[in-house]
Amino acid sequence: MVEEEGFQRYLAHFILWIGIAIVAFPVYLAIVASTQDNAVIANGQMSLLPGGHFFETYYQTLFVGTSGSTREPVLNMMLNSLVMALLIAVGKIAISIISAYAIVYFRFPFRMAIFWIIFITLMLPVEVRIYPTYKIVADLHLLDSYAGLSLPLIASATATLLFRQFFMTVPDELLEASRIDGAGPFRFFWDTLLPLSRTNMAALFVILFILGWNQYLWPLLITTRDDMQTIQVGIRKMITTTDALTEWPVVMATALLAMLPPVFVVVVMQKLFVRGLVETEK
Amino acid sequence: MQKQAIFQSKLLPYALVAPQLAIVLIFFYWPAAQAVIQSFLLQDAFGLSTSFVWFENYLELFKDPAYFAAIVRTFAFSFAIAVSSLSFALLLAVMADRPLRGSTLYRTLLIWPYAVAPPVVGVLWVFMLHPSLGVLSRYLRAMGVDWNPLLDGDQAAALIILAAAWKQISYNFLFFLAGLQSIPKSVIEAAAIDGARPMRRFWTVIFPLLSPTIFFLLVINIVYAFFDTFGIIDTMTRGGPGKATETLVYKVYTDGLLGGNLGSSAAQSVILMVIVIVLTGIQFRFVERKVTY
Repeated sequence: MVEEEGFQRYLAHFILWIGIAIVAFPVYLAIVASTQDNAVIANGQMSLLPGGHFFETYYQTLFVGTSGSTREPVLNMMLNSLVMALLIAVGKIAISIISAYAIVYFRFPFRMAIFWIIFITLMLPVEVRIYPTYKIVADLHLLDSYAGLSLPLIASATATLLFRQFFMTVPDELLEASRIDGAGPFRFFWDTLLPLSRTNMAALFVILFILGWNQYLWPLLITTRDDMQTIQVGIRKMITTTDALTEWPVVMATALLAMLPPVFVVVVMQKLFVRGLVETEK
Repeated sequence: MQKQAIFQSKLLPYALVAPQLAIVLIFFYWPAAQAVIQSFLLQDAFGLSTSFVWFENYLELFKDPAYFAAIVRTFAFSFAIAVSSLSFALLLAVMADRPLRGSTLYRTLLIWPYAVAPPVVGVLWVFMLHPSLGVLSRYLRAMGVDWNPLLDGDQAAALIILAAAWKQISYNFLFFLAGLQSIPKSVIEAAAIDGARPMRRFWTVIFPLLSPTIFFLLVINIVYAFFDTFGIIDTMTRGGPGKATETLVYKVYTDGLLGGNLGSSAAQSVILMVIVIVLTGIQFRFVERKVTY
């Protein structure tokens, strides 16, 4: 047994709590700021303890929006973000699992070529193809639409790879057995393969949901209408107005609302989250 | 590797890959090809005629001091973000990798920032260190620092690096912890029996065994610093003051917004593509040597 002295143990606890404090402090400040009066914050006189404007600020944030020119209730932005995140997560899983199924369980010309075509998209993140992609989406009249927000991000080399690897580990006997039972490709996929993939799908969903919810550059480019804004884009627009006019309590409340769903997912589904994270990086 | 038990069907497999293939071709390959073609073309001022100019757009870029500065800046940012975030996360992971009371709670409290979106990270940090109303700025000024990241380029850069490193701690921590836990306890015990004290054990036994994880995380952090810092920069500094925080991705974005030179913008995209290909290549080349979870 390796020696573990009392002092070292205390040191470990101490360093970990410092780490937690560093990680949590900016968020603590946001919580405090969202409950205080804007005038006090703007003076640089913000207190480090929560104030009494909690309900007022969150009511205004969720249902009214800032008092500035872009008056968009944050609840609506969250709804847009939710739709986009779900479309991206579900879409990626759906199209990836069926492509992986085709690639593993069928032999057809160009099978490997198609696999590589999907695989190489790993090297084409949206950042390197922003404007040409924007042009295509505009030509297809998909600006300011949920389809435009999600479709260009919906292909997934990682998910396809993951399902392919998983299918390879599924014993051949299962297919033979269900064939004896008279099952065709659809039945086998639906009754055997999908139930087996459930954990993989859930882990992937957790990661992809966070990824989708946190999209920024793409929604920023293709949404022009205020009512199509996602929360990540909305928050940026709240601090564009001249500094003095920024309503910091509302901005901080929006920041907290923007991180609530993904952080909730990480904390509550921690096992799936860790699994998804490790699997997708393999 | 191939499956022995398969289905026979001529059309079904194509129908199954069709959705993904369509999306990939329309939204990935077509725009990427457009960027490549565009990068070899030069448009006149009115957009009336285009001519094929070989590598002129690229040469122009490399002759442009602003572009060169953006390259250097991006690499410097990546290095600073990766090193600061990795070393802090490693310290925390080493501390958490022992039978402590409440270790699951520690893990939970350290990993959640992974889920915070880059623009939100930017907003949180800009608020904390805002020159006139930031809570931490008060203390900085009390210490005699002339703190104003809205005017001082170096301070703005430091702010971006800190915020970006902050977000990445959780990811690095998680992978370091997994890496540490995969090191057999017997190896560490053997070193302890040989009389190696904790610090020595760390540098001579644990650190070398962790090197695949470190290398893997280094690549991931560089990719992160290149691409995912866009949201942080856009909410914190907009690339300013001046161009003090303009990275390559941010430059593609702003140059494109201004319209102007299509060829140059496309050439910038293609250069980024090459960088991604190289980084992904490195990542896959060493993927087998990575720690097993």
